[in-house]
Amino acid sequence: MASRASAPLARRAGRSLVYLAAILVALYIMIPIYLVAVMAFSPRAVVYDYPKPLIPTQLSLETMSFFLNAYGILDSVKNSVLVAIFTLAISLAIGAPAGYALARYIFPGGDIYRILILSTRAFPVVILSIPLISTYINWGLDDTTLGVALLHTAMALPTTILVTSSVFVGVSKDLEEAAMTMGCTRAGAFRRVALPLALPGLAASAIFTFVLSWNEVFGAAILTVQNQTLPAKLIVQLNQSPIPFRFAGGFFILVPAIVFMLFVRRYLFSLWGVKLR
Amino acid sequence: MKLKRRANLEPYLLLLPSLAYLAIFFAWPMVQAFGLAFRADDGRWTLEFFRRMVGDAAFWPAVRTSLILVLTIIPLQFILALTMALLATAGLRGSGALIYFYALPIAVSDLAAGIVWFSVFTERGYLNTVLQGLGLLEKPFIFLQYGATWAVIAVILAEVWRATSIVFVILVAGLQGIPKEYNEAAEVFGAGWFARLRKVTLPMLRPSIQVALILRTILAFQVFAVVVALTGDGVKVLASEAYQWYNQWRNLNVAAAYAALILAISMLSTGIYLRALRTRPEAQAV
Repeated sequence: MASRASAPLARRAGRSLVYLAAILVALYIMIPIYLVAVMAFSPRAVVYDYPKPLIPTQLSLETMSFFLNAYGILDSVKNSVLVAIFTLAISLAIGAPAGYALARYIFPGGDIYRILILSTRAFPVVILSIPLISTYINWGLDDTTLGVALLHTAMALPTTILVTSSVFVGVSKDLEEAAMTMGCTRAGAFRRVALPLALPGLAASAIFTFVLSWNEVFGAAILTVQNQTLPAKLIVQLNQSPIPFRFAGGFFILVPAIVFMLFVRRYLFSLWGVKLR
Repeated sequence: MKLKRRANLEPYLLLLPSLAYLAIFFAWPMVQAFGLAFRADDGRWTLEFFRRMVGDAAFWPAVRTSLILVLTIIPLQFILALTMALLATAGLRGSGALIYFYALPIAVSDLAAGIVWFSVFTERGYLNTVLQGLGLLEKPFIFLQYGATWAVIAVILAEVWRATSIVFVILVAGLQGIPKEYNEAAEVFGAGWFARLRKVTLPMLRPSIQVALILRTILAFQVFAVVVALTGDGVKVLASEAYQWYNQWRNLNVAAAYAALILAISMLSTGIYLRALRTRPEAQAV
């Protein structure tokens, strides 16, 4: 306690150091994204240039449109969107009821189920997708967007269940019970009261699933030949592609991610912070 | 009107579809991976595919690189993520924006991360631009040369950049769960910042650290797109070999042998973490 007198000054110096560190780490994260954005919006000649400009000298859509007009890219973007929409529809349809059950009922086996779900969330995509190749050939699902979506659903489902469960925990049960005393059925109370209140959280979960599917490379690349999603198409031809194509492609898959984070910020910690109880 | 008391079938009916789905698309493929890896086409059990995997020239380099990646990336990530988590919860002004920036790479795909860092490390890229601009290099250095150590370092940096955010978010969630009183009590007893971190914060964070470690280790054995986007096939890892065996040589069985190997390593490391970081009941009671 002897150092009390000098504390304010030392504390202020320490405080600025903390700010400095915080900003440096933020720069480490943001600068690479900035750099690839500069490349994506520079004309092709500049992309080939060396030394590279750290500040964009001339903005242009040439590189981006070169990428988007390359053979098959728009089709693969369409496939990506389709797969992502299938994935979020299926995983919400299956996951939300389970999440609701975890949030509203106490029942034998509930904890075991919860642990089971938690243990499946480190999606082992390499392990899942290789055996699915032969299963899909038997089922006639090989090289289809639905097949990829079913794999992505398996990856997204655990998180969907945990997030929807935490969303429904946040929606007061009393309101549902009140609706039931006024003559709603159990299902009616859910549909008219709980569901509308849960919608924002469910939307966040859906966006999360969308981005997971949009980003996934390995399974999509291995399960498709013609009907490739964008990442699958990119990874297959990346190393034979011109540099502007790569940077534009990289930036293009990055954009939904950045937008996504704006929307789900509030739910971030329930997405990933769920712990074993 | 007690919803909870009535023992009924409703919750089980609500859970059933998800259980069925995970059985078909999660549990069954894992069993099947072993079937494909250890059974010949006529149904006999065989080590043939495993032998071909191990005998392949790329196998040991892939194992070695995968281990190097896990052993370097995960400690680096934990130090960085803990620093970030402590910075984000230090009560700075603008910490909302800070959390947004720090968490952003969570949503960045491994392919995009590979391409982003390719712009930095490629021969005519930003790192050479800066180093030459500062006069530290006379001519551009080829970082991503086939099989070079620098290529592995580039992969490590890109992976740390991309995947630290998940650890960060898990740790922040854990930090928010620690009651303030604990740290205040420690401060009253004269514990300095570092002592509080070591004696209060870290032990209380143990469950979060465990979750994050398991998650990250399993995912680190599956790095794929970052490696391909940065180095082509200049650096070999387990997942890229599994991909090659199927996409280049259409050999599903050897690819499945790789999958089985990755699964075995993942389960082994999870088991080790669970034992080594066992949470004592009193720490869990919070």
